[in-house]
Amino acid sequence: MSTPLLETRGVWQRFGGLVANSDVSISVGRGEIVGLIGPNGAGKSTLFNLIAGVLPPTQGSIWFDGEDVTALPAAERCVRGVARTFQVVKSFETMTVIDNVIVGALVRNTVMRVARRKAHEVLDFCGLAGRANVLASDLVPSEKRRLEVARALATEPKLLLLDECLTGLTPLEAQTGVELVRKVRDTGVTILMVEHVMEIVMPLVDRAIVLDLGKVLVEGKPNDVVRDPKVITAYLGDRHAVGA
Amino acid sequence: MDTDFAKRRRRDLILAFCLAAIAAIVPLFVKDSYVQNIMVLTLMWAALSQSWNILSGYCGQISLGHALYFGIGAYTTTLLFTKFGVLPWFGMLGGGLISAVIAMGLGYPCFRLRGHYFAIATIVIAEIGLLLFHNWDWAGAALGIEIPVRGDSWLKFQFARSKLPYFYFALALACVAWFVTWWLEDSKWGYWWRAVKDNPDAAESLGVVVFNSKMGAAAVSAFLVAVGGSFYAQFVSYIDPESIMGFHISLLMALPAVLGGIGTLWGPMLGAVILIPLTELTRSYAGGSGRGVDLIVYGGLIIAISLARPQGLVGLFSPARKEAKQ
Repeated sequence: MSTPLLETRGVWQRFGGLVANSDVSISVGRGEIVGLIGPNGAGKSTLFNLIAGVLPPTQGSIWFDGEDVTALPAAERCVRGVARTFQVVKSFETMTVIDNVIVGALVRNTVMRVARRKAHEVLDFCGLAGRANVLASDLVPSEKRRLEVARALATEPKLLLLDECLTGLTPLEAQTGVELVRKVRDTGVTILMVEHVMEIVMPLVDRAIVLDLGKVLVEGKPNDVVRDPKVITAYLGDRHAVGA
Repeated sequence: MDTDFAKRRRRDLILAFCLAAIAAIVPLFVKDSYVQNIMVLTLMWAALSQSWNILSGYCGQISLGHALYFGIGAYTTTLLFTKFGVLPWFGMLGGGLISAVIAMGLGYPCFRLRGHYFAIATIVIAEIGLLLFHNWDWAGAALGIEIPVRGDSWLKFQFARSKLPYFYFALALACVAWFVTWWLEDSKWGYWWRAVKDNPDAAESLGVVVFNSKMGAAAVSAFLVAVGGSFYAQFVSYIDPESIMGFHISLLMALPAVLGGIGTLWGPMLGAVILIPLTELTRSYAGGSGRGVDLIVYGGLIIAISLARPQGLVGLFSPARKEAKQ
Protein backbone atom coordinates (compact mmCIF):
# COMPACT_ATOMS: atom_id res chain seq x y z
CA MET A 1 0.00 0.00 0.00
CA SER A 2 2.88 2.33 0.62
CA THR A 3 3.98 2.72 -2.98
CA PRO A 4 1.58 4.70 -5.14
CA LEU A 5 -0.06 2.88 -8.05
CA LEU A 6 1.10 5.46 -10.55
CA GLU A 7 3.96 7.88 -10.36
CA THR A 8 5.51 10.21 -12.89
CA ARG A 9 8.99 11.40 -11.98
CA GLY A 10 10.21 14.60 -13.53
CA VAL A 11 8.47 13.98 -16.84
CA TRP A 12 9.20 16.29 -19.76
CA GLN A 13 7.66 16.24 -23.19
CA ARG A 14 8.82 18.51 -25.95
CA PHE A 15 7.36 18.70 -29.44
CA GLY A 16 10.00 20.59 -31.38
CA GLY A 17 10.20 23.94 -29.66
CA LEU A 18 6.97 23.45 -27.73
CA VAL A 19 7.21 22.20 -24.18
CA ALA A 20 3.97 20.35 -23.46
CA ASN A 21 4.99 18.94 -20.08
CA SER A 22 7.84 20.25 -17.99
CA ASP A 23 9.08 18.43 -14.92
CA VAL A 24 5.73 16.90 -14.06
CA SER A 25 5.83 14.70 -10.97
CA ILE A 26 2.50 13.40 -9.82
CA SER A 27 1.38 10.30 -8.00
CA VAL A 28 -1.90 8.46 -7.75
CA GLY A 29 -2.60 6.19 -4.78
CA ARG A 30 -4.48 2.92 -4.92
CA GLY A 31 -8.27 3.30 -4.87
CA GLU A 32 -8.21 7.05 -5.41
CA ILE A 33 -10.18 9.11 -7.89
CA VAL A 34 -7.86 11.87 -8.99
CA GLY A 35 -8.92 14.71 -11.26
CA LEU A 36 -6.45 16.23 -13.66
CA ILE A 37 -7.63 19.70 -14.55
CA GLY A 38 -6.31 22.82 -16.14
CA PRO A 39 -7.09 25.30 -18.89
CA ASN A 40 -6.85 24.36 -22.56
CA GLY A 41 -3.33 23.66 -23.67
CA ALA A 42 -2.13 22.94 -20.15
CA GLY A 43 -0.65 19.60 -21.21
CA LYS A 44 -3.28 17.29 -19.72
CA SER A 45 -3.79 15.18 -22.82
CA THR A 46 -0.06 14.92 -23.40
CA LEU A 47 0.48 13.69 -19.86
CA PHE A 48 -2.32 11.21 -20.39
CA ASN A 49 -0.71 9.89 -23.54
CA LEU A 50 2.61 9.55 -21.74
CA ILE A 51 0.99 7.55 -18.95
CA ALA A 52 -0.91 5.36 -21.41
CA GLY A 53 2.26 4.75 -23.40
CA VAL A 54 1.22 6.31 -26.70
CA LEU A 55 4.59 8.04 -26.83
CA PRO A 56 7.67 7.95 -24.61
CA PRO A 57 8.53 11.06 -22.59
CA THR A 58 11.46 13.17 -23.74
CA GLN A 59 12.84 12.95 -20.23
CA GLY A 60 11.81 11.47 -16.90
CA SER A 61 10.23 8.18 -15.96
CA ILE A 62 6.82 6.67 -15.36
CA TRP A 63 6.28 4.09 -12.65
CA PHE A 64 3.29 1.83 -12.43
CA ASP A 65 2.66 -0.62 -9.63
CA GLY A 66 6.23 -0.32 -8.39
CA GLU A 67 7.75 -0.90 -11.81
CA ASP A 68 9.41 1.40 -14.32
CA VAL A 69 7.17 1.26 -17.41
CA THR A 70 8.69 4.22 -19.27
CA ALA A 71 9.93 2.08 -22.15
CA LEU A 72 6.83 -0.11 -22.48
CA PRO A 73 4.46 0.41 -25.43
CA ALA A 74 0.74 1.03 -24.90
CA ALA A 75 -0.32 -2.58 -25.46
CA GLU A 76 2.16 -3.82 -22.87
CA ARG A 77 0.96 -1.25 -20.33
CA CYS A 78 -2.58 -2.43 -20.89
CA VAL A 79 -1.45 -5.93 -19.97
CA ARG A 80 0.09 -4.52 -16.76
CA GLY A 81 -3.22 -2.91 -15.88
CA VAL A 82 -3.48 0.55 -17.44
CA ALA A 83 -6.65 1.20 -19.46
CA ARG A 84 -7.86 4.39 -21.04
CA THR A 85 -10.67 6.07 -22.89
CA PHE A 86 -10.18 8.62 -25.63
CA GLN A 87 -11.30 12.22 -25.64
CA VAL A 88 -12.48 11.80 -29.20
CA VAL A 89 -14.23 8.43 -29.08
CA LYS A 90 -12.51 5.70 -31.03
CA SER A 91 -15.03 2.90 -31.27
CA PHE A 92 -14.47 0.00 -33.64
CA GLU A 93 -17.23 1.25 -35.92
CA THR A 94 -17.77 -1.79 -38.11
CA MET A 95 -17.98 -4.11 -35.11
CA THR A 96 -20.92 -4.69 -32.83
CA VAL A 97 -20.91 -3.29 -29.32
CA ILE A 98 -20.26 -6.68 -27.77
CA ASP A 99 -17.39 -7.36 -30.20
CA ASN A 100 -15.85 -4.00 -29.26
CA VAL A 101 -15.81 -5.07 -25.63
CA ILE A 102 -14.54 -8.58 -26.41
CA VAL A 103 -11.37 -7.03 -27.87
CA GLY A 104 -10.68 -5.62 -24.43
CA ALA A 105 -11.68 -8.79 -22.61
CA LEU A 106 -9.17 -10.82 -24.64
CA VAL A 107 -6.32 -9.26 -22.70
CA ARG A 108 -7.12 -11.43 -19.68
CA ASN A 109 -9.08 -14.29 -21.25
CA THR A 110 -7.77 -16.48 -24.02
CA VAL A 111 -10.82 -18.72 -24.22
CA MET A 112 -13.36 -17.03 -26.49
CA ARG A 113 -16.38 -18.20 -24.57
CA VAL A 114 -15.01 -16.78 -21.32
CA ALA A 115 -14.06 -13.49 -22.98
CA ARG A 116 -17.55 -13.20 -24.43
CA ARG A 117 -19.18 -13.83 -21.05
CA LYS A 118 -16.88 -11.29 -19.43
CA ALA A 119 -17.79 -8.75 -22.12
CA HIS A 120 -21.49 -9.27 -21.47
CA GLU A 121 -20.94 -8.72 -17.74
CA VAL A 122 -19.12 -5.48 -18.40
CA LEU A 123 -21.82 -4.25 -20.78
CA ASP A 124 -24.38 -4.99 -18.11
CA PHE A 125 -22.32 -3.08 -15.56
CA CYS A 126 -22.13 -0.08 -17.89
CA GLY A 127 -25.82 -0.15 -18.77
CA LEU A 128 -25.29 -1.10 -22.39
CA ALA A 129 -26.62 -4.67 -22.21
CA GLY A 130 -29.55 -3.84 -24.45
CA ARG A 131 -27.29 -2.56 -27.23
CA ALA A 132 -24.91 -5.54 -27.34
CA ASN A 133 -25.64 -6.57 -30.92
CA VAL A 134 -25.89 -3.12 -32.44
CA LEU A 135 -23.07 -1.81 -34.60
CA ALA A 136 -20.90 0.67 -32.71
CA SER A 137 -21.49 3.19 -35.49
CA ASP A 138 -25.21 3.18 -34.68
CA LEU A 139 -24.76 4.29 -31.06
CA VAL A 140 -25.63 7.80 -29.92
CA PRO A 141 -22.73 9.89 -28.55
CA SER A 142 -23.43 9.23 -24.86
CA GLU A 143 -23.59 5.51 -25.52
CA LYS A 144 -20.30 5.69 -27.38
CA ARG A 145 -18.73 7.29 -24.34
CA ARG A 146 -20.00 4.47 -22.18
CA LEU A 147 -18.73 1.95 -24.70
CA GLU A 148 -15.26 3.49 -24.33
CA VAL A 149 -15.48 2.91 -20.59
CA ALA A 150 -16.85 -0.61 -21.03
CA ARG A 151 -14.08 -1.58 -23.43
CA ALA A 152 -11.45 -0.26 -21.04
CA LEU A 153 -13.03 -2.01 -18.05
CA ALA A 154 -13.08 -5.31 -19.92
CA THR A 155 -9.28 -5.31 -19.76
CA GLU A 156 -9.68 -5.53 -15.96
CA PRO A 157 -7.41 -2.57 -15.27
CA LYS A 158 -5.89 -1.44 -11.98
CA LEU A 159 -5.80 2.11 -13.25
CA LEU A 160 -8.45 3.64 -15.50
CA LEU A 161 -7.59 6.81 -17.38
CA LEU A 162 -10.70 8.75 -18.35
CA ASP A 163 -10.07 11.47 -20.91
CA GLU A 164 -12.99 13.91 -20.77
CA CYS A 165 -15.54 11.13 -20.75
CA LEU A 166 -18.20 13.43 -19.23
CA THR A 167 -17.66 16.38 -21.55
CA GLY A 168 -20.29 17.25 -24.11
CA LEU A 169 -23.08 15.31 -22.43
CA THR A 170 -26.45 16.59 -21.29
CA PRO A 171 -26.67 17.15 -17.50
CA LEU A 172 -28.69 13.98 -17.11
CA GLU A 173 -26.25 11.90 -19.16
CA ALA A 174 -23.35 13.41 -17.24
CA GLN A 175 -25.03 12.45 -13.95
CA THR A 176 -25.36 8.84 -15.14
CA GLY A 177 -21.71 9.01 -16.11
CA VAL A 178 -20.71 10.22 -12.65
CA GLU A 179 -22.60 7.34 -11.09
CA LEU A 180 -20.81 4.92 -13.40
CA VAL A 181 -17.41 6.34 -12.42
CA ARG A 182 -18.29 5.94 -8.71
CA LYS A 183 -19.45 2.41 -9.35
CA VAL A 184 -16.18 1.62 -11.09
CA ARG A 185 -14.17 3.00 -8.17
CA ASP A 186 -16.23 0.88 -5.77
CA THR A 187 -14.98 -2.23 -7.57
CA GLY A 188 -11.46 -1.25 -6.54
CA VAL A 189 -10.24 0.43 -9.73
CA THR A 190 -8.11 3.54 -9.34
CA ILE A 191 -9.18 6.40 -11.57
CA LEU A 192 -7.32 9.32 -13.06
CA MET A 193 -9.62 11.61 -14.99
CA VAL A 194 -9.14 14.65 -17.16
CA GLU A 195 -12.19 16.84 -17.09
CA HIS A 196 -13.22 20.35 -18.02
CA VAL A 197 -16.56 20.66 -16.29
CA MET A 198 -15.60 21.70 -12.77
CA GLU A 199 -18.99 21.27 -11.13
CA ILE A 200 -19.00 17.62 -12.20
CA VAL A 201 -15.41 16.75 -11.32
CA MET A 202 -15.03 18.47 -8.01
CA PRO A 203 -17.65 16.53 -6.04
CA LEU A 204 -16.44 13.31 -7.63
CA VAL A 205 -12.70 13.33 -7.05
CA ASP A 206 -10.71 12.73 -3.87
CA ARG A 207 -7.88 14.92 -5.05
CA ALA A 208 -7.30 17.36 -7.86
CA ILE A 209 -4.12 18.15 -9.72
CA VAL A 210 -4.07 21.38 -11.68
CA LEU A 211 -1.78 21.68 -14.65
CA ASP A 212 -0.95 24.99 -16.25
CA LEU A 213 1.50 25.69 -19.05
CA GLY A 214 2.82 22.14 -18.79
CA LYS A 215 3.61 22.34 -15.07
CA VAL A 216 1.86 21.16 -11.92
CA LEU A 217 0.33 24.33 -10.53
CA VAL A 218 -1.53 23.14 -7.46
CA GLU A 219 -2.43 19.81 -5.97
CA GLY A 220 -4.86 19.08 -3.17
CA LYS A 221 -8.41 18.57 -1.97
CA PRO A 222 -10.97 19.76 -4.52
CA ASN A 223 -12.36 22.45 -2.23
CA ASP A 224 -8.95 23.92 -1.53
CA VAL A 225 -7.93 23.76 -5.15
CA VAL A 226 -10.86 25.75 -6.50
CA ARG A 227 -10.21 28.53 -3.98
CA ASP A 228 -6.51 28.71 -4.73
CA PRO A 229 -5.67 32.12 -6.20
CA LYS A 230 -3.13 30.56 -8.58
CA VAL A 231 -5.80 28.32 -10.05
CA ILE A 232 -8.25 31.17 -10.47
CA THR A 233 -5.56 33.22 -12.16
CA ALA A 234 -4.74 30.36 -14.52
CA TYR A 235 -8.35 29.95 -15.54
CA LEU A 236 -9.65 33.50 -15.49
CA GLY A 237 -6.62 35.78 -15.63
CA ASP A 238 -5.04 38.18 -13.11
CA ARG A 239 -7.97 40.54 -12.55
CA HIS A 240 -10.11 37.87 -10.90
CA ALA A 241 -7.40 36.61 -8.58
CA VAL A 242 -7.44 39.77 -6.46
CA GLY A 243 -10.82 39.12 -4.89
CA ALA A 244 -10.02 35.51 -3.97
CA MET B 1 -27.19 -13.79 -26.11
CA ASP B 2 -24.35 -16.26 -26.13
CA THR B 3 -26.51 -18.96 -27.58
CA ASP B 4 -27.62 -16.66 -30.42
CA PHE B 5 -24.05 -16.16 -31.37
CA ALA B 6 -23.19 -19.85 -31.15
CA LYS B 7 -26.25 -20.64 -33.22
CA ARG B 8 -25.23 -18.26 -35.96
CA ARG B 9 -21.74 -19.73 -36.04
CA ARG B 10 -23.14 -23.24 -36.28
CA ARG B 11 -25.60 -22.18 -38.97
CA ASP B 12 -22.73 -20.78 -41.06
CA LEU B 13 -20.85 -24.03 -40.71
CA ILE B 14 -23.85 -26.17 -41.67
CA LEU B 15 -24.64 -23.92 -44.62
CA ALA B 16 -21.06 -24.17 -45.83
CA PHE B 17 -21.12 -27.93 -45.49
CA CYS B 18 -24.36 -28.20 -47.49
CA LEU B 19 -23.09 -25.87 -50.21
CA ALA B 20 -19.85 -27.85 -50.49
CA ALA B 21 -21.79 -31.12 -50.70
CA ILE B 22 -24.04 -29.74 -53.44
CA ALA B 23 -21.03 -28.35 -55.32
CA ALA B 24 -19.34 -31.74 -55.10
CA ILE B 25 -22.28 -33.42 -56.86
CA VAL B 26 -22.70 -30.88 -59.66
CA PRO B 27 -19.87 -32.02 -61.97
CA LEU B 28 -21.27 -35.55 -61.93
CA PHE B 29 -24.21 -34.20 -63.91
CA VAL B 30 -22.58 -31.35 -65.76
CA LYS B 31 -20.14 -33.06 -68.09
CA ASP B 32 -19.44 -30.15 -70.41
CA SER B 33 -15.75 -29.43 -70.05
CA TYR B 34 -16.16 -25.72 -70.78
CA VAL B 35 -18.61 -25.38 -67.91
CA GLN B 36 -16.41 -27.51 -65.68
CA ASN B 37 -13.52 -25.24 -66.49
CA ILE B 38 -15.52 -22.23 -65.33
CA MET B 39 -16.44 -24.05 -62.14
CA VAL B 40 -12.81 -24.80 -61.36
CA LEU B 41 -11.83 -21.19 -61.94
CA THR B 42 -14.74 -19.92 -59.85
CA LEU B 43 -13.74 -22.09 -56.90
CA MET B 44 -10.10 -21.13 -57.26
CA TRP B 45 -10.81 -17.41 -57.33
CA ALA B 46 -13.21 -17.85 -54.43
CA ALA B 47 -10.41 -19.46 -52.43
CA LEU B 48 -7.91 -16.78 -53.43
CA SER B 49 -10.27 -13.96 -52.67
CA GLN B 50 -11.14 -15.53 -49.34
CA SER B 51 -7.42 -15.65 -48.50
CA TRP B 52 -6.86 -12.08 -49.67
CA ASN B 53 -9.80 -11.09 -47.48
CA ILE B 54 -7.96 -12.20 -44.34
CA LEU B 55 -5.28 -9.53 -44.67
CA SER B 56 -7.16 -6.88 -46.60
CA GLY B 57 -10.72 -7.43 -45.39
CA TYR B 58 -10.43 -8.47 -41.77
CA CYS B 59 -7.17 -6.76 -40.92
CA GLY B 60 -7.87 -3.84 -43.25
CA GLN B 61 -4.43 -3.77 -44.90
CA ILE B 62 -5.43 -3.39 -48.54
CA SER B 63 -2.95 -5.36 -50.63
CA LEU B 64 -2.90 -4.92 -54.39
CA GLY B 65 0.20 -7.05 -54.75
CA HIS B 66 -0.99 -10.51 -53.83
CA ALA B 67 -0.05 -11.66 -57.34
CA LEU B 68 3.45 -11.88 -55.89
CA TYR B 69 2.46 -14.72 -53.55
CA PHE B 70 0.36 -16.35 -56.25
CA GLY B 71 3.42 -16.27 -58.52
CA ILE B 72 5.80 -17.53 -55.86
CA GLY B 73 3.51 -20.48 -55.21
CA ALA B 74 3.26 -21.28 -58.91
CA TYR B 75 6.98 -20.90 -59.58
CA THR B 76 8.10 -22.82 -56.50
CA THR B 77 6.00 -25.83 -57.41
CA THR B 78 6.90 -25.73 -61.08
CA LEU B 79 10.62 -25.16 -60.61
CA LEU B 80 10.92 -27.84 -57.97
CA PHE B 81 9.10 -30.28 -60.24
CA THR B 82 10.82 -29.49 -63.54
CA LYS B 83 14.34 -28.98 -62.17
CA PHE B 84 14.49 -31.41 -59.28
CA GLY B 85 11.56 -33.76 -59.75
CA VAL B 86 10.01 -32.79 -56.43
CA LEU B 87 6.33 -33.70 -56.27
CA PRO B 88 3.92 -30.76 -56.61
CA TRP B 89 2.44 -31.49 -53.17
CA PHE B 90 5.73 -30.61 -51.51
CA GLY B 91 6.02 -27.65 -53.88
CA MET B 92 2.66 -26.38 -52.68
CA LEU B 93 3.71 -26.57 -49.07
CA GLY B 94 7.12 -25.09 -49.84
CA GLY B 95 5.66 -22.29 -51.95
CA GLY B 96 3.19 -21.52 -49.19
CA LEU B 97 5.88 -21.34 -46.54
CA ILE B 98 8.21 -19.24 -48.69
CA SER B 99 5.37 -16.84 -49.43
CA ALA B 100 4.46 -16.57 -45.77
CA VAL B 101 8.07 -15.77 -44.87
CA ILE B 102 8.36 -13.22 -47.69
CA ALA B 103 5.06 -11.64 -46.67
CA MET B 104 6.41 -11.12 -43.18
CA GLY B 105 9.76 -9.91 -44.47
CA LEU B 106 7.99 -7.33 -46.62
CA GLY B 107 5.52 -6.56 -43.86
CA TYR B 108 8.32 -5.60 -41.50
CA PRO B 109 8.96 -2.30 -43.30
CA CYS B 110 5.60 -1.92 -45.07
CA PHE B 111 3.30 -2.27 -42.07
CA ARG B 112 4.64 1.00 -40.79
CA LEU B 113 2.73 2.57 -43.67
CA ARG B 114 -0.96 3.25 -43.26
CA GLY B 115 -3.88 3.22 -45.69
CA HIS B 116 -3.19 4.16 -49.30
CA TYR B 117 0.55 4.25 -48.76
CA PHE B 118 0.53 0.60 -47.82
CA ALA B 119 -1.56 -0.31 -50.88
CA ILE B 120 0.82 1.58 -53.16
CA ALA B 121 3.81 -0.18 -51.63
CA THR B 122 2.25 -3.59 -52.31
CA ILE B 123 1.69 -2.71 -55.98
CA VAL B 124 5.29 -1.60 -56.38
CA ILE B 125 6.72 -4.67 -54.66
CA ALA B 126 4.63 -7.04 -56.79
CA GLU B 127 5.83 -5.24 -59.93
CA ILE B 128 9.43 -5.68 -58.80
CA GLY B 129 8.76 -9.38 -58.32
CA LEU B 130 7.30 -9.56 -61.81
CA LEU B 131 10.37 -7.87 -63.29
CA LEU B 132 12.72 -10.20 -61.43
CA PHE B 133 10.99 -13.27 -62.83
CA HIS B 134 10.93 -11.65 -66.27
CA ASN B 135 14.71 -11.52 -66.24
CA TRP B 136 15.52 -14.71 -64.38
CA ASP B 137 16.80 -17.05 -67.07
CA TRP B 138 16.96 -20.14 -64.89
CA ALA B 139 13.23 -19.72 -64.18
CA GLY B 140 12.38 -19.43 -67.86
CA ALA B 141 12.47 -15.61 -67.94
CA ALA B 142 9.75 -14.04 -70.09
CA LEU B 143 9.11 -17.25 -72.01
CA GLY B 144 7.94 -19.10 -68.94
CA ILE B 145 8.00 -22.78 -68.16
CA GLU B 146 5.94 -25.62 -69.49
CA ILE B 147 5.20 -28.40 -67.06
CA PRO B 148 6.07 -31.68 -68.80
CA VAL B 149 3.25 -34.18 -68.98
CA ARG B 150 4.13 -37.34 -67.08
CA GLY B 151 0.77 -39.07 -67.25
CA ASP B 152 -2.34 -38.76 -65.12
CA SER B 153 -1.72 -39.27 -61.46
CA TRP B 154 -2.69 -37.82 -58.10
CA LEU B 155 0.91 -38.16 -57.01
CA LYS B 156 2.13 -35.77 -59.69
CA PHE B 157 -1.17 -33.89 -59.62
CA GLN B 158 -1.54 -34.00 -63.40
CA PHE B 159 -4.69 -34.89 -65.26
CA ALA B 160 -4.78 -34.43 -69.00
CA ARG B 161 -8.09 -36.13 -69.70
CA SER B 162 -10.39 -35.07 -66.94
CA LYS B 163 -11.02 -31.82 -65.12
CA LEU B 164 -12.72 -33.56 -62.22
CA PRO B 165 -9.62 -33.97 -60.01
CA TYR B 166 -8.82 -30.28 -60.45
CA PHE B 167 -12.40 -29.46 -59.61
CA TYR B 168 -12.28 -31.39 -56.36
CA PHE B 169 -8.97 -29.91 -55.37
CA ALA B 170 -10.24 -26.38 -56.07
CA LEU B 171 -13.35 -27.18 -54.05
CA ALA B 172 -11.22 -28.45 -51.18
CA LEU B 173 -9.07 -25.32 -51.35
CA ALA B 174 -12.12 -23.07 -51.26
CA CYS B 175 -13.45 -25.04 -48.29
CA VAL B 176 -10.14 -24.77 -46.45
CA ALA B 177 -9.89 -21.03 -47.07
CA TRP B 178 -13.47 -20.57 -45.92
CA PHE B 179 -13.00 -22.75 -42.87
CA VAL B 180 -9.78 -21.03 -41.83
CA THR B 181 -11.62 -17.71 -42.05
CA TRP B 182 -14.58 -19.08 -40.11
CA TRP B 183 -12.31 -20.45 -37.43
CA LEU B 184 -10.18 -17.31 -37.14
CA GLU B 185 -13.21 -15.06 -37.10
CA ASP B 186 -14.09 -16.11 -33.57
CA SER B 187 -10.53 -16.25 -32.28
CA LYS B 188 -8.31 -13.72 -30.61
CA TRP B 189 -6.71 -13.06 -34.00
CA GLY B 190 -10.04 -12.35 -35.66
CA TYR B 191 -10.97 -9.76 -33.06
CA TRP B 192 -7.51 -8.25 -33.08
CA TRP B 193 -7.58 -7.92 -36.87
CA ARG B 194 -10.91 -6.19 -36.98
CA ALA B 195 -9.87 -3.87 -34.16
CA VAL B 196 -6.67 -3.00 -36.05
CA LYS B 197 -8.71 -2.28 -39.17
CA ASP B 198 -11.20 -0.01 -37.43
CA ASN B 199 -8.88 1.91 -35.15
CA PRO B 200 -5.25 0.94 -34.54
CA ASP B 201 -4.77 3.49 -31.74
CA ALA B 202 -7.72 2.23 -29.76
CA ALA B 203 -6.66 -1.34 -30.44
CA GLU B 204 -3.20 -0.68 -29.07
CA SER B 205 -4.69 0.81 -25.90
CA LEU B 206 -6.64 -2.41 -25.36
CA GLY B 207 -3.58 -4.62 -25.42
CA VAL B 208 -3.64 -5.47 -29.13
CA VAL B 209 -0.15 -5.70 -30.57
CA VAL B 210 -0.97 -4.05 -33.88
CA PHE B 211 2.24 -4.91 -35.69
CA ASN B 212 2.08 -8.60 -34.80
CA SER B 213 -1.58 -8.76 -35.82
CA LYS B 214 -0.74 -7.49 -39.28
CA MET B 215 2.19 -9.89 -39.60
CA GLY B 216 -0.01 -12.84 -38.64
CA ALA B 217 -2.70 -11.89 -41.14
CA ALA B 218 -0.12 -11.39 -43.89
CA ALA B 219 1.45 -14.80 -43.28
CA VAL B 220 -1.83 -16.74 -43.30
CA SER B 221 -3.10 -14.83 -46.31
CA ALA B 222 0.09 -15.26 -48.33
CA PHE B 223 0.34 -18.97 -47.50
CA LEU B 224 -3.13 -19.75 -48.79
CA VAL B 225 -2.73 -17.60 -51.90
CA ALA B 226 0.53 -19.38 -52.73
CA VAL B 227 -1.18 -22.77 -52.49
CA GLY B 228 -3.73 -21.39 -54.94
CA GLY B 229 -0.89 -20.33 -57.23
CA SER B 230 0.63 -23.81 -57.10
CA PHE B 231 -2.70 -25.27 -58.02
CA TYR B 232 -3.16 -22.89 -60.92
CA ALA B 233 0.26 -23.81 -62.33
CA GLN B 234 -0.71 -27.48 -62.29
CA PHE B 235 -4.10 -26.70 -63.76
CA VAL B 236 -2.88 -24.72 -66.77
CA SER B 237 0.47 -26.60 -66.94
CA TYR B 238 2.23 -23.57 -68.37
CA ILE B 239 3.34 -20.47 -66.50
CA ASP B 240 4.98 -17.23 -67.50
CA PRO B 241 5.53 -14.07 -65.46
CA GLU B 242 2.83 -11.95 -67.10
CA SER B 243 -0.02 -14.44 -66.79
CA ILE B 244 0.91 -15.47 -63.23
CA MET B 245 2.18 -12.31 -61.58
CA GLY B 246 0.56 -9.52 -63.60
CA PHE B 247 -1.36 -6.79 -61.84
CA HIS B 248 -4.65 -8.22 -63.07
CA ILE B 249 -4.10 -11.24 -60.80
CA SER B 250 -3.94 -9.00 -57.73
CA LEU B 251 -7.02 -7.18 -58.91
CA LEU B 252 -8.94 -10.38 -59.55
CA MET B 253 -8.26 -11.46 -55.98
CA ALA B 254 -9.63 -8.24 -54.56
CA LEU B 255 -12.72 -7.85 -56.75
CA PRO B 256 -14.86 -10.80 -55.57
CA ALA B 257 -14.35 -9.75 -51.94
CA VAL B 258 -15.20 -6.14 -52.75
CA LEU B 259 -18.29 -7.18 -54.69
CA GLY B 260 -19.53 -9.69 -52.15
CA GLY B 261 -18.55 -7.80 -49.02
CA ILE B 262 -15.03 -6.99 -47.88
CA GLY B 263 -14.13 -8.31 -44.44
CA THR B 264 -17.07 -10.69 -44.31
CA LEU B 265 -17.13 -14.46 -44.12
CA TRP B 266 -19.33 -15.05 -47.17
CA GLY B 267 -18.44 -12.01 -49.24
CA PRO B 268 -15.57 -13.45 -51.30
CA MET B 269 -17.52 -16.67 -52.05
CA LEU B 270 -20.61 -14.81 -53.16
CA GLY B 271 -18.56 -12.35 -55.17
CA ALA B 272 -16.61 -15.08 -56.97
CA VAL B 273 -19.73 -17.07 -57.81
CA ILE B 274 -21.19 -14.01 -59.53
CA LEU B 275 -18.08 -12.44 -60.99
CA ILE B 276 -16.04 -15.31 -62.41
CA PRO B 277 -18.74 -17.06 -64.49
CA LEU B 278 -19.92 -13.68 -65.72
CA THR B 279 -16.48 -12.67 -66.97
CA GLU B 280 -15.72 -16.08 -68.45
CA LEU B 281 -19.01 -15.96 -70.34
CA THR B 282 -18.56 -12.41 -71.59
CA ARG B 283 -15.06 -13.31 -72.64
CA SER B 284 -16.28 -16.25 -74.71
CA TYR B 285 -19.27 -14.39 -76.17
CA ALA B 286 -17.16 -11.40 -77.06
CA GLY B 287 -14.91 -13.93 -78.76
CA GLY B 288 -11.71 -12.76 -80.30
CA SER B 289 -12.84 -9.15 -80.35
CA GLY B 290 -10.52 -8.39 -77.47
CA ARG B 291 -9.74 -9.11 -73.86
CA GLY B 292 -11.22 -5.83 -72.72
CA VAL B 293 -14.89 -6.74 -72.45
CA ASP B 294 -14.59 -8.71 -69.23
CA LEU B 295 -12.75 -5.79 -67.68
CA ILE B 296 -15.58 -3.48 -68.69
CA VAL B 297 -17.98 -5.82 -66.92
CA TYR B 298 -15.80 -5.71 -63.80
CA GLY B 299 -15.70 -1.96 -63.89
CA GLY B 300 -19.45 -1.70 -64.34
CA LEU B 301 -20.14 -4.05 -61.46
CA ILE B 302 -17.79 -2.23 -59.12
CA ILE B 303 -19.39 1.11 -59.94
CA ALA B 304 -22.85 -0.35 -59.43
CA ILE B 305 -21.92 -1.92 -56.11
CA SER B 306 -20.17 1.14 -54.74
CA LEU B 307 -23.18 3.28 -55.57
CA ALA B 308 -25.90 0.91 -54.40
CA ARG B 309 -24.34 -1.14 -51.62
CA PRO B 310 -20.83 -0.12 -50.60
CA GLN B 311 -20.62 -2.77 -47.87
CA GLY B 312 -21.07 -5.52 -50.48
CA LEU B 313 -23.87 -7.85 -51.45
CA VAL B 314 -23.54 -9.81 -48.21
CA GLY B 315 -24.75 -6.69 -46.41
CA LEU B 316 -28.22 -7.66 -47.58
CA PHE B 317 -28.22 -10.52 -45.08
CA SER B 318 -26.24 -8.99 -42.22
CA PRO B 319 -27.84 -9.66 -38.81
CA ALA B 320 -26.26 -6.61 -37.16
CA ARG B 321 -27.84 -4.34 -39.75
CA LYS B 322 -31.25 -5.78 -39.23
CA GLU B 323 -31.14 -5.36 -35.47
CA ALA B 324 -29.93 -1.81 -35.75
CA LYS B 325 -32.93 -0.93 -37.84
CA GLN B 326 -35.42 -2.26 -35.33
